[in-house]
Amino acid sequence: MGQVVDIAEGLFVAEPRPALIGGRHRDTGEVRFPCPAGNPAYEPVVLPHRGRLWSWTVQRFRPKTPPYAGPADFTPFALGYVELPDAVIVEAPFVDVDFGALHIGMEMEMVLTPLATDEAGRSIRSFAFRPVEG
Amino acid sequence: MADVFIVGIGIHPFGRTEGLSGLQQGAFAIAQALAEVGLEWRDLQFGFGGSDSAGGADTIVNEMGLTGIPIINVRNGCATGGSSLIGAWQGIASGQYDLGVAFGYDKHPRGAFNAMPAEYSLPDWYGEVGMMVTTQFFAMKLQRYMAQHGITPTALGRVAQKAFDNGVHAPHAWRRSPVDLETILNSQMISDPLTKYMFCSPAEGGVALILASEKKARELGRADIRIKAAVTRTRPAGSFEVFSPSLSIERGGAPTLLASAAAYEMAGIGPEDIDVAQLQDTESGAEIMHMAENGFCKDGEQEEWLAQGWSRIDGRLPINTDGGCLACGEPIGASGLRQVYENVVQLRGTGGGRQAPGDPRVGYTHVYGAPGISGVTILER
Repeated sequence: MGQVVDIAEGLFVAEPRPALIGGRHRDTGEVRFPCPAGNPAYEPVVLPHRGRLWSWTVQRFRPKTPPYAGPADFTPFALGYVELPDAVIVEAPFVDVDFGALHIGMEMEMVLTPLATDEAGRSIRSFAFRPVEG
Repeated sequence: MADVFIVGIGIHPFGRTEGLSGLQQGAFAIAQALAEVGLEWRDLQFGFGGSDSAGGADTIVNEMGLTGIPIINVRNGCATGGSSLIGAWQGIASGQYDLGVAFGYDKHPRGAFNAMPAEYSLPDWYGEVGMMVTTQFFAMKLQRYMAQHGITPTALGRVAQKAFDNGVHAPHAWRRSPVDLETILNSQMISDPLTKYMFCSPAEGGVALILASEKKARELGRADIRIKAAVTRTRPAGSFEVFSPSLSIERGGAPTLLASAAAYEMAGIGPEDIDVAQLQDTESGAEIMHMAENGFCKDGEQEEWLAQGWSRIDGRLPINTDGGCLACGEPIGASGLRQVYENVVQLRGTGGGRQAPGDPRVGYTHVYGAPGISGVTILER
């Protein structure tokens, strides 16, 4: 096993189940993702692990690098917004998904997934959502 | 406010023009507009102009002449043209000036606009995972709208088909050949549900409008096309905009709804009074959603509108009579003024093969763009 590095600090937790870290406004209760950096009005909050598909598309061509840091050998990926109950709607790439089966309202769950390998040979760990099985 | 008239119009053809800077294309448009009215550059008392990526408008004096004319630089995203028009309009409506120019021009590199997260105050990871792509936003906004309101991919195809049909008759359009519906629907998928032919491209071009007070317009024998409204609005809370890592569950309005309502109120008319409309069509679905956001139909009715051809040149409300952004491309600083140019052509009745029948009297334009800004104008003959 090579070394694994997270794509960013404070973005997600792995345990007990993978989940994103959002920010909750201390006064209004409004939730955002990611947690606004350096803004004391927001406190970090672990978001729900599961939610429902709000909208989606498929990225059919390789995004420009920079900023895209995925593999040079590109395969189209789905992405979209997932509504996390009583929290916020988050945008995320999707994995383990049949493009033809995507439909608004389907249940999705968060997973941690390798994005690419960095220059030091480390695996970059990022987040994605995938359909909940059966 | 005093009435202000659009007395002269000029346009540099949109598309790609090697050897001419964006600014020079703006100068071409100004010269054409002046020539149409029999005026000289030195006759103009002031100007408002701008581009997104082709430099400051004040340097237009190097192209047009060092007359000492005051030029205000405008840089307001997709509302750059609309904001220039508002500035020039107010300069005359206030009584300070009698004759001025609003102009816009641009020149963008080929391919999709490339954005970096830091320019939008976003963390680097947002771009690294592949979400810093504008086409995704249009596709996702549309995908949800289609599911909620029963819009089909065929309707998207019909919008593009209409654009290319209309562009054939617009000398300033970039794409001037018809494309059949099957080709549009079966072309390369860019971002589902949008295919290659359903997206506009970054382009080049320039537009100029000569504005005059009523007294000056009568002197020139051109007191016919009057500005009834020109407004811009930024986004309200809960609007869905490009590059949003999260959205609140409680959804809100849209900048177009605000701009549209303000323009109708200013003009003292409603959508039922509009005879011809130019709506932001960054992609096919944008035109469809903007038909409803600007009050021309209810959500979901666009499917029937397109199947029946009601937004074609000979329909009940011709939309994007010069082919819109889909046929003309989108030079950001010039795009909003192109719409106004096209409405002046339509209200004058000089549209030739793309002229809306029925002697149109009221024209409506609408732009929308990042990061949530919209501009609307209403002209009346």
